[in-house]
Amino acid sequence: MRFIGRRLAFYVITLWAAVTINFFIPRLMPGDPVKALIAKNQGRISTDAMDSLYALFGLDQQVPLWQQYLDYWRTLLSGDLGVSFAYFPTPVSDLINQALPWTVGLVGVATIISFVIGTLIGTGIGWRRGTWADSLLPISTFFSAVPYFWLALIAIFVFSVTLGWFPASGSYDRSLVPGWSWEFVGSVIYYGTLPALTIVISSIAGWILGMRNMVVTVSSEDYVTVAQAKGLSERAVRTGYAARNAVLPQVSSFALSLGFIVGGTLIMEMVFSYQGIGFMLFNAVNAKDYPLMQGCFLVITIAVLVANILADFVYAALDPRTRQEG
Amino acid sequence: MTLTTPAGHGSALVPVKDPVLEIRNLSVDYGYDADPVHVLRDVSLTLGRGEVLGLAGESGCGKSTLAYAATRLLPPPGLITGGEVLFTDRDGTTTDILRLNDTQLRASRWQDLAIVFQGAMNSLNPVFRIGRQIADGIRAHRPEVSQQEALERSAELLELVGISPDRLRSYPHQLSGGMRQRVMIAMALALDPQVLIMDEPTTALDVVMQRQIVEQIADLRDRLGFSVVFITHDVSLLIEIADRIAIMYAGEIVEDAPALDIYHRPRHPYSSALLHSFPPLRGPRRELSGIPGSPPDLARLGAGCPFRDRCAFAFDACATVDPGLTIPDVAGDDPRRAVACLRHDAAAVRAAGFEPQPVPVELSLR
Amino acid sequence: MTVDITLIEEDQVTGPSGAPMTGVMPSVPRRRRRPGRFVFLRNSKAVAGLVILGFFTLIAIVGPWIAPYDPSAQSDDILQPPSWEHWMGTTHLGQDVLSQLIVGTRGVMVVGFVAGILATFIGVVVGVTAGFIGGVGDESLSALSNIFLVIPQLPLIIIIAGQLPSAGGLTVAVVIAVTGWAWGARVLRAQTLSLRKRDFVEAARANGERTWRIVMAEILPNLTAIIASGFVGTVTFAVLSLITLAFIGIGSGGDWNWGTILFWAQSQLALQRGAWWWFIPAGLCIALLGMALTLINFGIDEFVNPRLRSTGLHARTLRKRGIRPRIGFTPVVHRAPGAEAGTAASVARSTSAPFAKEDRA
Repeated sequence: MRFIGRRLAFYVITLWAAVTINFFIPRLMPGDPVKALIAKNQGRISTDAMDSLYALFGLDQQVPLWQQYLDYWRTLLSGDLGVSFAYFPTPVSDLINQALPWTVGLVGVATIISFVIGTLIGTGIGWRRGTWADSLLPISTFFSAVPYFWLALIAIFVFSVTLGWFPASGSYDRSLVPGWSWEFVGSVIYYGTLPALTIVISSIAGWILGMRNMVVTVSSEDYVTVAQAKGLSERAVRTGYAARNAVLPQVSSFALSLGFIVGGTLIMEMVFSYQGIGFMLFNAVNAKDYPLMQGCFLVITIAVLVANILADFVYAALDPRTRQEG
Repeated sequence: MTLTTPAGHGSALVPVKDPVLEIRNLSVDYGYDADPVHVLRDVSLTLGRGEVLGLAGESGCGKSTLAYAATRLLPPPGLITGGEVLFTDRDGTTTDILRLNDTQLRASRWQDLAIVFQGAMNSLNPVFRIGRQIADGIRAHRPEVSQQEALERSAELLELVGISPDRLRSYPHQLSGGMRQRVMIAMALALDPQVLIMDEPTTALDVVMQRQIVEQIADLRDRLGFSVVFITHDVSLLIEIADRIAIMYAGEIVEDAPALDIYHRPRHPYSSALLHSFPPLRGPRRELSGIPGSPPDLARLGAGCPFRDRCAFAFDACATVDPGLTIPDVAGDDPRRAVACLRHDAAAVRAAGFEPQPVPVELSLR
Repeated sequence: MTVDITLIEEDQVTGPSGAPMTGVMPSVPRRRRRPGRFVFLRNSKAVAGLVILGFFTLIAIVGPWIAPYDPSAQSDDILQPPSWEHWMGTTHLGQDVLSQLIVGTRGVMVVGFVAGILATFIGVVVGVTAGFIGGVGDESLSALSNIFLVIPQLPLIIIIAGQLPSAGGLTVAVVIAVTGWAWGARVLRAQTLSLRKRDFVEAARANGERTWRIVMAEILPNLTAIIASGFVGTVTFAVLSLITLAFIGIGSGGDWNWGTILFWAQSQLALQRGAWWWFIPAGLCIALLGMALTLINFGIDEFVNPRLRSTGLHARTLRKRGIRPRIGFTPVVHRAPGAEAGTAASVARSTSAPFAKEDRA
């Protein structure tokens, strides 16, 4: 329990740090584009919206910094992320609410598939050393060195433009109305296949390699030899003694790489014009829509933190040593 | 090039009656390439039924390697290059462990022969409860036993070694070093094996715990009647609990005799020096003598006896002739003794064209 | 200065007991030489990686001089596939793709290495300090690195670089370094912690050596392999980040790099137009460079952790001799009778021998 408690405290601090970074960035930038944009839209912003923008971007030079900081927190905690410039006057939180489920769906499913399959393959390769499987390593190295988005471009070129099997962009057929109909769900899956496949292929190499290394290291531990000495079946030793212990650092590195995974999938969305939060961030940057940019960053960070917490739970469940009291 | 003694290995020696484990001419290499290190060269050793055999020697002499090679548990890059390991069951059938296939080997493991590994620190799976770890060994060989029954048997085994059965649900990191070692012993006894190989079971423990464990082992042996191969570098410990002691040096067995005989009447220069390195608790004070030099590099072992560089009694033949195990050349000795020293093997020395030297006084005490 | 070779050779062959078999066993099954830096170079993967890296470095240095055209020079040959005049075709403005690639190499390498060096430096300072001083200092530094680890880097880079008025190559390098040092710091802290407890460090302390000297002379040399590995990893990350940013349209200013090529290719719908020569070569270069760096990292990994090496022998040779190295099932090879140790007359009779039963009265 103390393990979870300590981790939660850490995540709270990290969240605080992310929010604070977000607070300081616009205030440290030279020039004042936000003010200019507000001036441009002068007549059309409500007073509330104006206030929240001031709080978020520190535009009122009269207010002392610490006061600005408190106002900032107050604004955020009320769920107000400001008003978007590009999609004026839609509030940022609405836009994010729309986009977030798509990202979580795509990233979540693809990453879990990649992790599970990669770990299984890695176990197999690590356990039976000195076989042809070892030569898979250089190939998967190549794939892991390829940036996600380039692989995505190639995938689009081959499967979409040339072969025409999958659509090149979008998240679902535009002619359909979003809802829980089979048609719509089918369309979502159809449009999501290529992006998901690209994510899986480019990230699986990392999991395979990581698990293989861990299984090799764990295999030379004494308890694996003891298990063999007891005459247990090959499967029992490989699963219960080797893999079960090797997967622990794998889960740790999964948690740590979540930030990186998210980054990669953001790019994926940009390439495929998949309407998740990454695509939204991309558009916001191009349009210099600062409120939306900041809102996206915060929400992405929170999502990563939540995923980290879940990964920590899994780790604690798998490793009894973390449950040690005191 | 080494010359082996024409008397052959063991043919002049009195065979152990009712052997349960016989290692014959076992050779083990380390390394799979063209230039491996020969860590064991034609080693032979026999364990009688119900006997406690101590296997002693310095770090790196090959005693653990011998035990693990005999059970085919040597990790890569170990390679067994020759010999036989004959296990004789209670009903008289003999099998060569080295010639079993995977399935047969797995089946025979733990039932016929069990190992207690050194360093219980790392010998238990950290993510399984210890009850489960004992039980899975049982169920792997007796699939008809249910999990419940297996856990009950595990509880009995824990009591046997003096651990409270409510520790069944503990994880290894929740136990102390001594307790973990005892769990390993309990686990090894799960299927009532005929041979128990114990690899330095007390080395990582303090002296008090050492004594408890040793007494426990002796007590269990009396009750359950298994044979023990007790591997350690602590010869003084062996003198207490072993029936017979085999001393190894640089991958060879240099002396093999009943425990008290080795203690009072060592016949090999190495055994003699080893015993003189331990200060006696009682008796007149004398100066401790160690053994000058250090163990040889097995990758660069020349011809002849591996101990000759450190031996006080070496002579010219020692650099050419590799001594094999023969009966010591001392009248009135127990005929079951064996020693690998050219001072006791005049025949081999003469056959190689050298002048034999007599047995020194220190090596012919009565 | 003491370099503790056991740190590198730590995973020597140990007996199943775990206690190292001192003095008599070689650490790897090949001719025993004093393990030095050149063992690393014998690793074919690392050598391949270094060769590729060297190639790109060379191009980065001489790029602008050997490029056939000025990368920004427009011409009338719009969207031409590869030809004799333009080996890799042209863009929508008639610019030569090959020249863009060559000149762009410098941008990528410079930013990548600058970011790598900076990030590694920060990581070393933070990680080693945290590991060495322990206590409150350690806790706060660790918390700091953990925070930077967990916050997703790409979004952070995007919003920083996106809100900067103008972001040239070096600015981007600094931003990448400031967001990406945490991983190396963590690893180094763990290693420093374990080194600090080693005897030779204690001895140095007992001798009264000053902390500063101990860190520089005793600890850092032993961390070389890990720092090297971290550096390579960081450069890989920096290169990918830079290219990703350029692809989105952030942060290259007027310089050419491989990411900007892809940016233009994407925005001009090269895919849909079938202009494969525009976007494939750039990506291939990125992949090659990334692969080279990863191979070097493999080499370092296997150097540091000998367990990961593939048993020092080719799988084919092992198979021919009938040896399959496995945990718990030592291979058995029987020499043909009369053959001396080490000759080729070995008959493998490992695991498929029939059950040998002899009756003994």
